Amino acid sequence: MPAKLILSMDGVVLKEQVLNKERTLIGRKPHNDIVIDNLAVSSEHAAIITILNDSFLEDLDSTNGLTVNGTVTKKHFLQNGDLVEIGKYKLKYVNEQPAQSSPADFEKTMVLSRPVKMTPSEPSEATGKFNATPSAEISDETARLAPAAQVVSPVPQAAAVQILNGPNAGRELELVKSLTTLGKPGVQVAVLARRPHGFFITHVEGDKFPLLNGASIGEQPHQLNDHDIIELANVKMEFYFKA
Amino acid sequence: MNIQDALEIVSRTDPGMVRSHNEDSVASESSCGLVVLADGMGGYNAGEVASGIAVSVLATEVKHFLQDIKPEEPDAFSGEDTGVVLLRDNVQKANASIFHAAESQPQYSGMGTTIVSALFYDDRVAVAHVGDSRMYRLRSETFESITRDHSLLQEQIDSGIISKEDARTSKNKNLVTRAVGIDAEVEAEVHVHEVQVGDIYLLCSDGLNDMVEDDEIGDALQMLRANLSLAASELIQMANDNGGRDNISVIIVKINGKFSAPHGWVAKLLSWFKS
Repeated sequence: MPAKLILSMDGVVLKEQVLNKERTLIGRKPHNDIVIDNLAVSSEHAAIITILNDSFLEDLDSTNGLTVNGTVTKKHFLQNGDLVEIGKYKLKYVNEQPAQSSPADFEKTMVLSRPVKMTPSEPSEATGKFNATPSAEISDETARLAPAAQVVSPVPQAAAVQILNGPNAGRELELVKSLTTLGKPGVQVAVLARRPHGFFITHVEGDKFPLLNGASIGEQPHQLNDHDIIELANVKMEFYFKA
Repeated sequence: MNIQDALEIVSRTDPGMVRSHNEDSVASESSCGLVVLADGMGGYNAGEVASGIAVSVLATEVKHFLQDIKPEEPDAFSGEDTGVVLLRDNVQKANASIFHAAESQPQYSGMGTTIVSALFYDDRVAVAHVGDSRMYRLRSETFESITRDHSLLQEQIDSGIISKEDARTSKNKNLVTRAVGIDAEVEAEVHVHEVQVGDIYLLCSDGLNDMVEDDEIGDALQMLRANLSLAASELIQMANDNGGRDNISVIIVKINGKFSAPHGWVAKLLSWFKS
């Protein structure tokens, strides 16, 4: 399903334009693909450049400009659901992935049988025109590219470790990155991995394994529970979830 | 130090969370400092056939040639390192094998593969690649890709059509402009880089770098540099935790010592007596 623009004013849909051309023009004059007959609109107001499954919006130095999702923009890489406004007119960009393709068809790597020819944009031009020629053929019958399904991994609860002994006693280390290492390199190191379903401790280096609640963890990753006590390189610390 | 002692190599491949089979192939020949990774494409099992052919042709042929010739010596025709010529010629050989297999067997029609291969010799590394499988280097604090994808997106980034940041949300990912086995001929891109002790090299298929940000990959290698097999499994784990939409393969090579080729007359004499 190719991407499209839905033109509306005051909630009334005026036109749906499928973006199947390399360059789709929006403006007041009749030669435009999307004609908006209103004096606030420049004769050639904006263009949409489409390269396979991606579309880019560009303001063609129009008198009154345009906004995307409320922000004045000259050039914009369109994302599904973006709202382009030209005066009182609204253009909604819709680029949905086909619902019927099986997950196995998602994101198969494919070869372009001919390289897509592209002329670099001329840097001297203030508007920075796009000059792409998307003359690509895709050598695969599953040519319908499924856009990347946004996988939102569940974010684990915030957690931290607090040092319980030695000169740094009381110091707290929040576990914000996906990996955090503890210990002394070359002596004894363990890594805490933040994963969608919790935090895990794994031995990295050293002759001795870290102790978890007094017991050696060995080579395997161990999931951490609230108020677990970790000991390594003679430092004792407590793992806990933050409220 | 001989090459086998100077390099520490770990490789791992995983089908990911979505795909039923693994179309990636990996191989390493630590005795001659060679690593190969390929990400196949094509219907049914053609993808793994293509990547399998590419990896086995490259690994066997390069190893075979290295019994008689030295990779650091200049090639008689081009003057380049023989190692460079070896990689380039054998990517071409793999290309021919895949192309002919695809022509003769209809179920393999259209199959192809990306490839990234590195040959370490004389404190250098020659890197050959076709498509969007990458090689990264971690040198002290700097983690960067030392290959440039042969992909539509990379071309768009290069010509200024799309910014690197915007490229992350592009729907034109996974379109490679060059692949092994699709046409009768293919040109591998080959570069030589000098190697330093402590460097860590990562070869990976796009199943890793599409799912995990470069910064996070770099951090993981930095933190887990003392334990490469843990680093490899953590990287695969991170890609799977983020969705694991594609097969994930990694080869990690750590440089533990210098491996310069014997120079000077004493060394030459010694190696002459040995052979």
